[in-house]
Amino acid sequence: MTRPDVMIEAQNLDKFYGPFHALKDVSITVGRGEKMVICGPSGSGKSTLIRCFNGLEWHNSGRLTVDGIEVFEGAAEIRTLRQEVGMVFQQFNLFPHLTVLENLTIGPMKVRGLTRAQAEETARTYLDRVHIPEQANKYPAQLSGGQQQRVAIARSLCMETRVMLFDEPTSALDPEMINEVLDVMVELAGTGMTMVVVTHEMGFARKVADTMVFMEAGRIVEVSPPDTFFTNPSSERCRLFLDQILDH
Amino acid sequence: MTARAEPDLKGQPLPRPPAFQRVLNSVPVAVGLYAVVMALIVYGSYVGAQNMGYNWQWYRVPQFIYSRTADGFQWGEIALGLVETVRISLLSFSLATLLGLLVALLRLSGLVVGTAVAVGFLELIRNIPLLVLLYLFYYVLGPIFGMDRYTASVLTLAVFHSALISEILRAGINAVATGQWEAAKSIGMTPYQTYRYIILPQSVRFMLPPMTGEMVHLIKSSAIVSVIAVAELTTVGRNIISDTYMSFEIWFTIAAVYMALTLLLSIGVSYLERRYAVDQ
Repeated sequence: MTRPDVMIEAQNLDKFYGPFHALKDVSITVGRGEKMVICGPSGSGKSTLIRCFNGLEWHNSGRLTVDGIEVFEGAAEIRTLRQEVGMVFQQFNLFPHLTVLENLTIGPMKVRGLTRAQAEETARTYLDRVHIPEQANKYPAQLSGGQQQRVAIARSLCMETRVMLFDEPTSALDPEMINEVLDVMVELAGTGMTMVVVTHEMGFARKVADTMVFMEAGRIVEVSPPDTFFTNPSSERCRLFLDQILDH
Repeated sequence: MTARAEPDLKGQPLPRPPAFQRVLNSVPVAVGLYAVVMALIVYGSYVGAQNMGYNWQWYRVPQFIYSRTADGFQWGEIALGLVETVRISLLSFSLATLLGLLVALLRLSGLVVGTAVAVGFLELIRNIPLLVLLYLFYYVLGPIFGMDRYTASVLTLAVFHSALISEILRAGINAVATGQWEAAKSIGMTPYQTYRYIILPQSVRFMLPPMTGEMVHLIKSSAIVSVIAVAELTTVGRNIISDTYMSFEIWFTIAAVYMALTLLLSIGVSYLERRYAVDQ
């Protein structure tokens, strides 16, 4: 049974890397258009969780549905799903042998089957959206980190995705470039896109999040709206974590 | 208490290497020494040949490369043999690359069967001497499948070198960052599309240098097919010698032709390498 207002529904997910229990009985629901920010100490399973959402990792038990498609290893519809679910990586992962424009058009052309003209038109639209239309013919290595990450966001958007997953998108950036990427993400949030963001940028979280999630040791410890989350978290562990990252 | 005077380091020359090493590495001395060493080797061979009463006939060699007669310009046997060597090498190398890619992809497929087949093939080929492999193809598989000596030679070289090439390709593919796979997957590419558009184009620059080495290796090992009398460069050399008894001149010439061919190839590829040099 699929509910039209639900984009991602995870029920009792467990994930193991060998003997390591990375996700422990994780259940979470992301609504359509919802902005969710996930935070927590490193190794808490945040990245693993969102990497399960587009099948870059497979959960070992439980049930996961994304946009009405059930996700499991070997699912026939997994590539259809990945076209709907964009992913932005900590290390950008742009294709270094292709120009910015080619990075944006290769997916739509080879996967969606658009013509070059159509794909380039879409690509230029999204390059405008991330404020770097003038870099279209450069190679990734010629751009700054912030610009590369914005290209990576545009690359996902070019697939006309319905959900965007962000895996620590600003963690690999020099401090002065973090804001240009966050600004683009805030603008994207304004368009009604469903977003799941793993980040420790709490300023960004306060601005856009509908729901805050705190994870620790593979478990979801706290799920609450930002008001409650920042002022009066229910768990002591979450309060401690927030103190550590906010207190300076 | 006064501050100790710091020695002013600005503009001070660095300590120099010992005088002996400086003199030995200076250009005129180095070139001179090199010339002396080379001259000694050549002179030694010459004297050795004189002592055994060898009759040098270098003037007879050019006609085997090309000749101008009343009929006009004609390529000689060595030139034709060179063309044949190039043809056999190119054909074998192309086949070896295709087969090598197949084996590499099988090995990387993640399928137990694929890995087992690939590893089995690799170990089989790597542990048989090239000459024995040639005999197997020519004397055993040849009659069974009706292969002529030319086909047997090309297949032997292709199969032998495909094992080495598959390892080069596998290393090149593995050298591409895993993030590239994830990025390609996350925009919905199939494994084929990922290899074709993302991974292989980036692997080329990792593969070019060792692949050139492998091509040079193959050109040189192609000489072995002379034992089943396929008419390539080495066979031509043997034939000319059995007619003229000029073994010194002809083997020097054949060696020089192989060297010219492989050096030319290496230089050509170093241009290609610069073309594929993408900074990450």
